[in-house]
Amino acid sequence: MLFVAIVAQFAVGGLTLLGLRRRPANAALIGLVVLASAAAMIVAEGVGVESTPRSRVDWLPALGFNLTLELDGFAVLMSIVVLVLGFGVLLYSLAYFEHDATYARFVGLFMAFAGSMTGVVLAADLFTMFVFWELTSICSFLLIGLNDTSESARKSAVRALLTTGAGGLCLLGGVGILQTELGTTTFAELVKLQPSGALIDAAIVLVLLGAFTKSAQFPFHFWLPGAMAAPTPVSAYLHSATMVKAGIVLLARTSPAFGQSDVWRWWVIVAGITTMVIGGWRALRQTDAKLLLAHSTVSQLGLLTVLVGMGTSTALYAGVAHLLAHAVFKVALFLGVGVIDHELGTRDVTKLAAARIRLPFVTSALVASTLSMAGVIPLFGFVTKEKALVALLDAELGLAGSVALVGVVLGSVLSVAYSVRFLHALLGEVAPDGTRGDDQQNGEHHSSTLIARTLLGAPVIVAATASIVFGFAATQIGKWLVAPSTSLDVLAKSKLVLWPGVNDALIISVVVVAVGAVVGWRVPLAVSASPNSLGERMFDAIYDSILSASKKITQVSQPGSLPIYVVVTTLVVAVAALVGLLRDGMPSFDAFVTDSPLTVSVALLTAVLTVGVAVVSVRFTAAVFLGGVGYGIAVLFLMRGAPDLALTQVLVETLTIVIFLLAMRSMPRNFIPASKWPPKAVRVLVSVAVGVLLPLVALAVYSARRAPSVSDEYFTRSVDEAGGANVVNVILVDFRGFDTMGEITVLAVAALGVVNLVRVAERNRRERAS
Amino acid sequence: MSLSLLVLVGVLFAVGTYLLMERSLTRVALGVGVLGNGANLLIVVAGSDSGQAPIVGRPDQLTDPLPQALVLTAIVIGFALLSFVLALAWRNWTITENDGVEDDFEDRSLVSRKEGTAKPGDAPHHEDVAR
Repeated sequence: MLFVAIVAQFAVGGLTLLGLRRRPANAALIGLVVLASAAAMIVAEGVGVESTPRSRVDWLPALGFNLTLELDGFAVLMSIVVLVLGFGVLLYSLAYFEHDATYARFVGLFMAFAGSMTGVVLAADLFTMFVFWELTSICSFLLIGLNDTSESARKSAVRALLTTGAGGLCLLGGVGILQTELGTTTFAELVKLQPSGALIDAAIVLVLLGAFTKSAQFPFHFWLPGAMAAPTPVSAYLHSATMVKAGIVLLARTSPAFGQSDVWRWWVIVAGITTMVIGGWRALRQTDAKLLLAHSTVSQLGLLTVLVGMGTSTALYAGVAHLLAHAVFKVALFLGVGVIDHELGTRDVTKLAAARIRLPFVTSALVASTLSMAGVIPLFGFVTKEKALVALLDAELGLAGSVALVGVVLGSVLSVAYSVRFLHALLGEVAPDGTRGDDQQNGEHHSSTLIARTLLGAPVIVAATASIVFGFAATQIGKWLVAPSTSLDVLAKSKLVLWPGVNDALIISVVVVAVGAVVGWRVPLAVSASPNSLGERMFDAIYDSILSASKKITQVSQPGSLPIYVVVTTLVVAVAALVGLLRDGMPSFDAFVTDSPLTVSVALLTAVLTVGVAVVSVRFTAAVFLGGVGYGIAVLFLMRGAPDLALTQVLVETLTIVIFLLAMRSMPRNFIPASKWPPKAVRVLVSVAVGVLLPLVALAVYSARRAPSVSDEYFTRSVDEAGGANVVNVILVDFRGFDTMGEITVLAVAALGVVNLVRVAERNRRERAS
Repeated sequence: MSLSLLVLVGVLFAVGTYLLMERSLTRVALGVGVLGNGANLLIVVAGSDSGQAPIVGRPDQLTDPLPQALVLTAIVIGFALLSFVLALAWRNWTITENDGVEDDFEDRSLVSRKEGTAKPGDAPHHEDVAR
């Protein structure tokens, strides 16, 4: 059943991309039904049941790699978040895209993405998660680049794909190490084993790299703001509420297993708080509301990383709670800004204020969600942030714990500050010129019907309402969150309250809000100095240098000239042969037998003819000499006891001469001169080197034989089994009959090629003649 | 092991390699033919001793049939290859009046091309954002 929920979403995606391209709205409606029924199924199967439903598809059982899904508490919570937010965003997109030609592609990729993400959260082992993880990377790449005519969108898409893709490779390395070391990658088993050791530490680092790239943790935080090139529904869903949470899901799943390792803890805490502070600082300096939210997402992901990865039970619980809170308020914020953009045509923070006249409901929803983001009572964000502070205060992790606490407090101050900036934008004075200028330029923005505006506004308002209701119902929500967090770590049992009473955490919170408000209010609107962050510039520098290095290597290694290729290839072979000969000693010359005078004279004649092929400058003579070489070799075969070879050689050589003459009949008498490079001396030198070294190698090979030939077997079985006395013939048509069939096939394919080439040439000649 | 045949193998390989480095497509085809002969002879010489034809029932020392079976296949495939190369040469000549092996155009242009003009880090800008 669990697989059905995933496959159905992919099926809708495929159907949209293949069959319903012209009717994307219908496809979206089918998608809505599938998302809703999948969510209903998840609730029916997973809530309040005794045993956790599992399903499994064997993939590579011999290597221990199978697709395993499990619907435990955390999976229920996360898949409901994924499916319900997906439902809301898809609903919103119906009105957002209107007549946009890319909508069909959006719906198809969106459904495929929702399916992949459901797979990530349902995965019961690291391998299954990796498979769906990569699928989300690909979908994200395609969705960021949805507007494929924009160069910057394409660039951002490539940045995101390469960053998350590299992380995915690291994760695969981690999966490999764990599978070979422990024989399992199942999360439950890993938690039970509590593995440690040097190799496990390497696996931990690889898994963390996977999680950090996906969740845009420092130093990989740069790709996420760039991903905002995607349309708003994509940004809202993938890059704030779900996909970037995949890294957090991975951390949450593996933290109970690895959380006690020092490597894990320090990496997680340092990366998390650095990300939180950098993201908050950069969010403070944005003037584009969408980018402000993008940087705030980076910052919030940092906080989640610290909470979920820190390795203490209370922090894990707080992390799960904040994960929910963040998904709810961030999706509302992104979609709300999208509505303003859609209706007013601006996302500039200095112009947002006009929205509260035109869009009062959406603006109120945005205000509520922003307050939740800042962690202001009585919203859900306050509840979870309090829990986070309590967890950090109680962590007892020594220096690491103190670093985490200080970092989170600093990051929270910045969170409040950019929230205040955003509120100021929403509630501040309407700029004197208002949005009139924009309105005139974007006249079509007024055309939104009531239905469209309802579709756009409803998900925003519902999500914002959820932030409020969850806040007041904190105790109940807290009880519901126990199942998800205990399914990760049995000890992660705690509760949420709206009003905790005056304690250390509350005092810190009050100070944070006060300081943050002053910072956000007072610090002037500092526009970001550079359009690119340091991370983006570093990424581009590495990317460009790899490209130019590969271009240089190609320029050197692939000059496009056949003579040069032959020289290089031959020299490599010659040097390899020489090294082999020098290392193992020259072959002994004892093996030679005395040749009969006839053999010597035929060989000599053939050698002279061979040299003649290269020396003569007349085409016809060269071809005849080649034929002579062939006949000479046929005679030598005959004298060595190979009559079949001699016969074949004579036939083939005759045919070759005929074909040569046919091909050359209209060509000029003499050859064109050889190219200047390589010079003749080099060509002769290379040829002589091959001519000397290769016979030596042949001699060494001959002398190296120790075992008897497999032909002894052929001799004994030839007459009885194949009914033939001529062993060469029996081998060809019986023992190795399939090889001969392959040979005949090659001959047939070559004949077809020859016929076509000649026909093309003939047709061309006739056309020119007429 | 026969010394004269071994020397002949060396000559065949040397001449074949030399011809492959030429500009004229016909000469390259000749080189393919010579190299093919060299390889066939090499396998027979290094793979078996001289002797009577490998037919069951003959009284004398029989030679090893396996290299012969391999080489028989190789002769035929070498012939197919040579025919194809010659057909290419014929087509090339009839259409372009040219018997030369040209340098690969794409590769040459890559060698002579200047570095790309795109500057590192063209940032995505929100004005490009699709709607």
